[in-house]
Amino acid sequence: MSIAHMSEHEREEIETHEQRALGFWLYLMGDAVIFALLFATYAIMIPGTDGGPTGKQLFDLNNAAIETGLLLVSSMTFGFASLQVKAGNRGAVLAWLATTFVLGAAFVFLEVREFAGMIEQGAGPDRSGFLSAFFTLVGTHGVHVTMGLIWIVVLGAQVALKGLTMPVASRLHRLGLFWHFLDIAWVGIFSIVYLPGLL
Amino acid sequence: MFGKLTIEALPFYSPIAAGGAAVTVGGALLVAVVLTYLKAWKYLWTDWLTSVDHKRIGVMYIVLALIMLLRGFVDALMMRAQQAMALNSGGYLPPEHFDQIFSSHGTIMIFFMAMPFMTGLINVIVPLQIGTRDVAFPWLNAVSLWLSAAGAALVMVSLVIGKFSTAGWTGYPPYSGIEYNPGVGVDYWIWAILISGVGSTMSGINFIVTILKRRAPGMTLMRMTPFVWTALVASVLMAFAFPAITVACGLLALDRLAGMHFFTNAHGGNMMNYVNLFWIWGHPEVYILILPAFGIFSEVVSTFSRKRLFGYESLVYATAAIGILSFTVWLHHFFTMGSSAGVNAFFGVMTMIIAVPTGVKVFNWLLTMYRGRIEFHPSMMWSIGFIVTFVIGGMTGVLLAIPPADFLMHNTTFLVAHFHNMIIPGVLFGYLAGYMYWFPKAFGFAFNRGWGLGAFWCWIIGFYLAFMPLYLLGLKGMPRRMETYNDPTWQPYLLVAASGALVVLCGIGCMVMQLYASLRDRNKTRDLTGDPFDGRTLEWSTSSPPPPYNFAVIPTVGDREAFLEMKEKGVAYQRPARYEAIRIPSNTPIGVIVGAFAFVLGFAMVWHIWWLVLASGAVVFAAVIVRSSNDDQEFTMSAAEVKAIEDERFRLMGSRS
Repeated sequence: MSIAHMSEHEREEIETHEQRALGFWLYLMGDAVIFALLFATYAIMIPGTDGGPTGKQLFDLNNAAIETGLLLVSSMTFGFASLQVKAGNRGAVLAWLATTFVLGAAFVFLEVREFAGMIEQGAGPDRSGFLSAFFTLVGTHGVHVTMGLIWIVVLGAQVALKGLTMPVASRLHRLGLFWHFLDIAWVGIFSIVYLPGLL
Repeated sequence: MFGKLTIEALPFYSPIAAGGAAVTVGGALLVAVVLTYLKAWKYLWTDWLTSVDHKRIGVMYIVLALIMLLRGFVDALMMRAQQAMALNSGGYLPPEHFDQIFSSHGTIMIFFMAMPFMTGLINVIVPLQIGTRDVAFPWLNAVSLWLSAAGAALVMVSLVIGKFSTAGWTGYPPYSGIEYNPGVGVDYWIWAILISGVGSTMSGINFIVTILKRRAPGMTLMRMTPFVWTALVASVLMAFAFPAITVACGLLALDRLAGMHFFTNAHGGNMMNYVNLFWIWGHPEVYILILPAFGIFSEVVSTFSRKRLFGYESLVYATAAIGILSFTVWLHHFFTMGSSAGVNAFFGVMTMIIAVPTGVKVFNWLLTMYRGRIEFHPSMMWSIGFIVTFVIGGMTGVLLAIPPADFLMHNTTFLVAHFHNMIIPGVLFGYLAGYMYWFPKAFGFAFNRGWGLGAFWCWIIGFYLAFMPLYLLGLKGMPRRMETYNDPTWQPYLLVAASGALVVLCGIGCMVMQLYASLRDRNKTRDLTGDPFDGRTLEWSTSSPPPPYNFAVIPTVGDREAFLEMKEKGVAYQRPARYEAIRIPSNTPIGVIVGAFAFVLGFAMVWHIWWLVLASGAVVFAAVIVRSSNDDQEFTMSAAEVKAIEDERFRLMGSRS
């Protein structure tokens, strides 16, 4: 359908979608500033272990590698969901969203288990400046993923109840931006926190 | 059940604190009684509190700002009175109370006076100047407003329940950490800033999208008014600088609540990191506040000199340059931290460079006035007073930008005088100029001129009396924030400064009288044309106050001074052959609900009432999910209704001539 054939209402819906997408990009850039400052804070606090455990003693590369795998694959499955939105295939969208949810939930589970294990060893966020920075940076990412999971549930319900209407598809587009953004943030965490901590 | 909250939190320990609490509670009760007497609750709720109309949201922001201006000014008076009398004695305020007052004064004036005033003016005017019917995200706009109000309410509540921070408006650790500050004061400060900061970030995003995506056809970027340009750059700074204060205050909260060690003295903490994070937001914040004021001065000077703004392009480029440079000067707030000479030199040089584009603007305004036919409207007086006074503050700023000089003046009253010299003429005079310039547009009747001029003269004379002595005292070595002192040569200066505060008090009295007199005379001074000052830009092309849809027909723009061009071509006020139906965003209570429960959330965090934290957080979350799942957020105003409103407007306009 060309622009000329669209009704006023359809044009308005597309404009609304474009404005919301731009607004969401700006939000993500602001969120990126938050992560950037948390990364910088972490980097300067690496030496601040206060005689307590260091990254080398605490981090488990296997766990981090599995977490990375889960999150990267979940980004791919979300991509499949987005393709199915374009194809207008409601059942497939729901299936891929569910897959993404399971992968994301597994990621959060592994992170919570890692945190709980560290706290059990006496290496909680109140042990040293280094650990405060570690828990806050990685935990902020984890909270974001959890928010993303809630959002997947909300939008999954909307897809099931309302179908792939223009507003629902527009929301799914923004959720996709958010989910892929979290992948990028995680790649930063893997390369700045876990890898140098272990090498 | 109530966390740390006990009956001890009420301020019966000191008559002055109890008095402050009584005034706060009494003021709130008085407003409630007046509203009940006028039977205005329902009107207030349906027409204002639940409104998502950018004009109403803007007006509510400005009302919030003016209320907080009063509160912040009372703090200032109390400080001036204390220092005037505290030679070799304790004055009338105990140290802990004095510390709360300077902390709340700074916090209120920056976050809850200047920020809402700016956001309010942008809200009312920018959509009108770019020829659109609303901001990009009207509901988000309401949420931003109510989050700002929630933060302001937290500061006000700290007067009655518990105490406010004693750590200054910047809250430097380790003093603001839990070890040295175990009370609730710093928590009030943190949560007020975190909650309102989220609102400001979203306002920034909202304005960027509005300005980039919703301009009327024909309005290219270089045809935007100076105010729209400065609002755009300030919004970019809001969206990207506010996350930094969210991080700074968030980490401080984690230190205090979860026993972490970001900024503690021991256990691997690094307190200077806080200062960096704070000022990575803090310096752009100065420009967030001042750029829109520069935009207002540009509009006012051009309108009341009857001339096109001189050097528009240079003003736009200077604004953009300031926006970028504002992220490269933050370290000048703490040259004494002990960075290497190289680092200090870099930030010193950058600070001097950022003064250049600001200087460019001064020449834009001066040369616009040159050979103009100047009308001395109060807004124009604020602008001229600003130019003269601001240049003095700018020069003392360049002086402070030299690190060795800064080492001598750091944390003296010279610094206090410098930043007040930037912010009062630069920011506040600008907003007051805008307030007096656009008042008739927002309300449809004239703003009293005499009281406006009175306010200007009292403010500017009071300003010089209050702050010039502080420059001298700073050079004599007086540190800022002194509750008591023993150097008798300081006292005369402090007495002059106190007299200046009293003159400013007269200025505030004039502002109150101006509102009263304008309301009293409103039926005689109706603005029926919508264009009382022979304006040049689009906001003057619509009626005063504008209808809910702003423009019955979206204008097509052919020039930077769009409305002036229409008037010159004789196409202004042309009516279309037929009107069309218009979609308008529906009112919703969810903005107020989010704000109210964000306030409860902050209060519960301050007092460690964890169940209430969870409950109010859940309400906020649920409200946002419900609203964001709603597909139908607009209603349609029929063509007949639009025509009726427009017919009435043109009938009134005709009845005048």
